[in-house]
Amino acid sequence: MKITLKLYATLGERLPPGAYENAAQIDVAPDVTLNDIIDRYKVPRELAHLVLINGLFTCEEDRDRPGTLSEGDTLAIWPPVAGG
Amino acid sequence: MAWTGKILRVDLTKGSVDVEPLNMEWAQAYLGQRGLATKYLVEEIDPKCDALGPDNKLIMATGPLTGTMASTGGRYSVICKSPLTGAVACSNSGGFIGAEMKNAGWDMIIFEGKAPQPVYLHIENDKAQLLPADEIWGTSVWATDEWLHKRHQDPALRIAAVGRSAEQGCLYSVVINDLHRAAGRSGVGTVMASKNLKAVAVRGTLGVGNIKDPARFMKETAEAKQILAENAVTGQGLPTFGTQVLMNVINEIGAMPTRNMREVQFEGAHKISAEAMAEPRKTDGKPNLTTNAGCFGCTIACGRISTIDRTHFTIENKPQYWGNSGGLEYEAAWAMGSDTGVDDLDAVTYANFVCNEDGVDPISFGATVAAAMELYENGHITDKETGGVAFKFGSAEALAKAVELVATGEGFGKDLGLGSKLLCEKYGQPDLSMTVKGQEFPAYDPRGIQGMGLAYATSNRGACHLRGYTVASEVLGIPEKTDPLVTEGKAGLVKAFQDATAAFDSSGLCIFTSFAWTLENVAPQLDAACEGAWSPENLAELGERVWNLEREFNLKAGLTAADDTLPKRLTTEKANTGPAEGKVSGLSEMLPEYYELRGWTKDGQLTKETRQRLGL
Ligand code: SF4
Repeated sequence: MKITLKLYATLGERLPPGAYENAAQIDVAPDVTLNDIIDRYKVPRELAHLVLINGLFTCEEDRDRPGTLSEGDTLAIWPPVAGG
Repeated sequence: MAWTGKILRVDLTKGSVDVEPLNMEWAQAYLGQRGLATKYLVEEIDPKCDALGPDNKLIMATGPLTGTMASTGGRYSVICKSPLTGAVACSNSGGFIGAEMKNAGWDMIIFEGKAPQPVYLHIENDKAQLLPADEIWGTSVWATDEWLHKRHQDPALRIAAVGRSAEQGCLYSVVINDLHRAAGRSGVGTVMASKNLKAVAVRGTLGVGNIKDPARFMKETAEAKQILAENAVTGQGLPTFGTQVLMNVINEIGAMPTRNMREVQFEGAHKISAEAMAEPRKTDGKPNLTTNAGCFGCTIACGRISTIDRTHFTIENKPQYWGNSGGLEYEAAWAMGSDTGVDDLDAVTYANFVCNEDGVDPISFGATVAAAMELYENGHITDKETGGVAFKFGSAEALAKAVELVATGEGFGKDLGLGSKLLCEKYGQPDLSMTVKGQEFPAYDPRGIQGMGLAYATSNRGACHLRGYTVASEVLGIPEKTDPLVTEGKAGLVKAFQDATAAFDSSGLCIFTSFAWTLENVAPQLDAACEGAWSPENLAELGERVWNLEREFNLKAGLTAADDTLPKRLTTEKANTGPAEGKVSGLSEMLPEYYELRGWTKDGQLTKETRQRLGL
């Protein structure tokens, strides 16, 4: 299935070629886990700090669970960041 | 002791400058900077006074760690009654002038009265004098800065000044120091200008001595710096991307106030984000961001230095803007970007430069322009009022024109200088003003981050993110992650953030250290530097005392529980997209519990027990 992967801040350079505005369309298996994707794009797991599916936070325990993603979802990942 | 123990009292009416000892008993109870200066303000002015009259006072205050070797120990605050809100104002700034003031031997400068003619204060260590400012009155902060450096033939002079916007009465004018650092909120610059005080120029070479236990202080500050360096946020995230890294985060979670908070996500967010600032421009091949920068003694260095493409319409033929200058922080980028619907990074950067040049708060300015755009699109104001400028959402031209008009107080700039609340009232649409207690919102929509709704409604200086930044927990997971979409548990979270922040703000340290430090890391540094026993517990209590002191000032000024509220839009109009879709702010679910936790009555008054417990 197709999902949108967004990698931000220092993770941006790990996106596949053709990414635009820090986002790329990727193909994944229906039973994929978030950590499968995190590993596939060589994002060190400790840097996958803020992991959002369609804007909703996903805690670490759910990242090895298949079935968290559906066709057309957006997965967005940040390293630890903050602002004000 | 870390405090210098000395205050400079400047009576502008009489033209006198006097030295007096710092009240050390109060310093034990209120520490410094925000807390201690608020104590002086509360004791010395009538809270009902006219904020722009001679009875208001303006205090520039350092903290005990300002000017020391503690990381980020360069902060100072400007405290007075606010003309924008009628509440207490306390605006914190970095840069270098706070440390310079301390190195000149002063914990605080208290300005009172009003000078008959424009003046500036020149300080060289223990010598301080008021000098005529006629030649710089009517000029920008940048021109004033240059003139003062030349006049005193001292490149190391540190300068805080107000620009033309403040002189013209714009109610959200700031005090700029070191060219692009600002004591930014609640119109503290407007108060300074109302006293005919154009600038403060300081040279301090005495050093900050008086450290209680110097060897331990070196050890504690070194250990604390190590924590900042090793933390991913303060060691890497903030220096590399600045606060602007939040643009895409907050947009993704659906809490990005857009077009005067009609919407919660901005389609142009990426174009004005930290990621975009780092990308080479198509036009000239250079990125907007040149480098990062740090304030005095800071080992984080989150500041942005930027350039605009020279062929961009805003600066074509204006070489004064062609060089590097203070770039966008998230708050400025949000307010002048997504809240106005403008996604032109260089135009927003230009507006930021002008805000620094003439001392304008970019948050209040952007939010007021957003309100004006909604008024314009709804037909409540027309080309007649705007002088022919089409104030349409998304118009970079309108944004650029607006900032020029507010900077100089010309034409429609006078209306815009009223701030969103008075502007919307003037044109008969008070509900279109996105303000609390008359102050414009910062960059987090309370429908998507519920704790922030309570933080805004109860903030003692009106809508503000820096009084209780629960975004850290609700979005960023610092110190631990909570769910931004629920109201449960938020009353306690808001109170804890508010109290801890008040302690940080009274110390001389930057609040951004709190992404890596807690009061557990601040206390040992203070304890090694200052007389007294400083523990995390008594710092939290001190923060609570400061919070309640500010609250009391506001109640005496005439504010009530009815002012602890949000604009109707946020409690009745549902978020239209994103994770918060269908939600409004649940303020009413959180407020009673918050009052209870604070030890206040149901109508928001301090109880006798609370006053006694905190020694008020
Ligand atoms: S963290 Fe940023 S704002 Fe704070 S002192 Fe350092 S450079 Fe200044």
